[in-house]
Amino acid sequence: MRGVWSQANPGFVPPSSADFDFAPIFGDSILFTKPVLLVFLSVIVAGSFFTLSARKAAIVPSKLQFAGESVYTFIRNELGRDVIGPEFMRFVPFLFSLFIFILTNNIFGIVPLLQFPTMSHIGFPIGVTIFSYVTYHYVAIKKHGFSKYVKDICFMPGIPKPVYLILTPVELLTYLVTRPLTLSMRLFANMFAGHLLLLVFTLGGEYLLTSGLIFKFLSLFSFGFAIGLSFFELGIQALQAYIFTLLTALYIAGALADEH
Amino acid sequence: MFSKFGFLASAEAGASPVIPKPAEIAVGFIAFGILFLLIRARAVPRFEKAYKDRTEAIEGGLERAEVAQREAAEALQMYKAQLADARGEAAKLREEARAEGSVILEQMRTTAQEEATRITASARTSIEAERQVAFNSLLNEVGALATELASRIVGESLDDAARQSRVVERFLEEVEKSK
Repeated sequence: MRGVWSQANPGFVPPSSADFDFAPIFGDSILFTKPVLLVFLSVIVAGSFFTLSARKAAIVPSKLQFAGESVYTFIRNELGRDVIGPEFMRFVPFLFSLFIFILTNNIFGIVPLLQFPTMSHIGFPIGVTIFSYVTYHYVAIKKHGFSKYVKDICFMPGIPKPVYLILTPVELLTYLVTRPLTLSMRLFANMFAGHLLLLVFTLGGEYLLTSGLIFKFLSLFSFGFAIGLSFFELGIQALQAYIFTLLTALYIAGALADEH
Repeated sequence: MFSKFGFLASAEAGASPVIPKPAEIAVGFIAFGILFLLIRARAVPRFEKAYKDRTEAIEGGLERAEVAQREAAEALQMYKAQLADARGEAAKLREEARAEGSVILEQMRTTAQEEATRITASARTSIEAERQVAFNSLLNEVGALATELASRIVGESLDDAARQSRVVERFLEEVEKSK
């Protein structure tokens, strides 16, 4: 296949990770690249939407308030109350911000003209993960005290002593490295792969248009598939925002629990 | 210029995508921090307020409805009790009226009986008196008749003395009988 293609059209370059690098739109600073500007745009979009929808806080909500409140209620009850338990209310602002921030940035991936999921740059998920990481450690230390928290992690109660040889390093690794790493990596990789997939089909379709008649016809399938995948991506984008928030809520719940 | 807006790649950077750029970490951190502060200050408290107001409105409404229902039930109970009282009262009054009526009837019957007895008695008395009057006048008449008869007898011949005496006797008997 590849041989045929390269014979007929030696010019096709498949999308690669280089497609995720952007030169600054103006000036030389990295602060003016497309992804960075999109992140700030997401703050403006999400912030203004939910601030405006919450502005009136009426008993009988307007459509805007209803829309904002539905998202808020979902996070508050499903991820806050049901996961964290009685102390959930102090974490609701954090969880809610987390969800809408990631969701907005993810959805940028299929918004026409923007069309770039900012979370496919691993720096942004890491920036957000720092909040989760610090939060669940801080909550646990505040609740149990530093020494008890460390002791609980290193020596999980009710386990035969020899097992600690294996369990202690694993637990330490989980709490200190694996959790933040998987949180940011999962989000990054999903968005990266999704965007790459869309690139393959759109760039492929575009390239087919420049080829012979049969290939022009085939490009229809490529574009059609790209459109179908965009809807699929929407699902993944929402799901990843949800998973990130859910895991953070679970870690907080674990930190608040009496035993780890 | 075109590539800057991201429709095409800028091929200059070749770093692995899993190596984070410190500036982007900082941007992600700060941007999220701003959004978090904004949401915590301006969105969450108002959504919570809306919840609280709504809960109160619903609960208040339910409570008011309950109170109203209770009051209605009490009023109904009261009216029923009053109605039962009134019915009892009416029955009692009817009973009393009936008793009173029979008493009055009895009294009237007694009075009528007395009246009848009295009338009968007075009628009897007056009849007796009239009979007495009639007898007296009859006596007078008998006297006159006797006188007349006597004169007639005296005026007739005395030879048939026996027959005359029989006449007298019969006459007297008749008078006596008629008395």
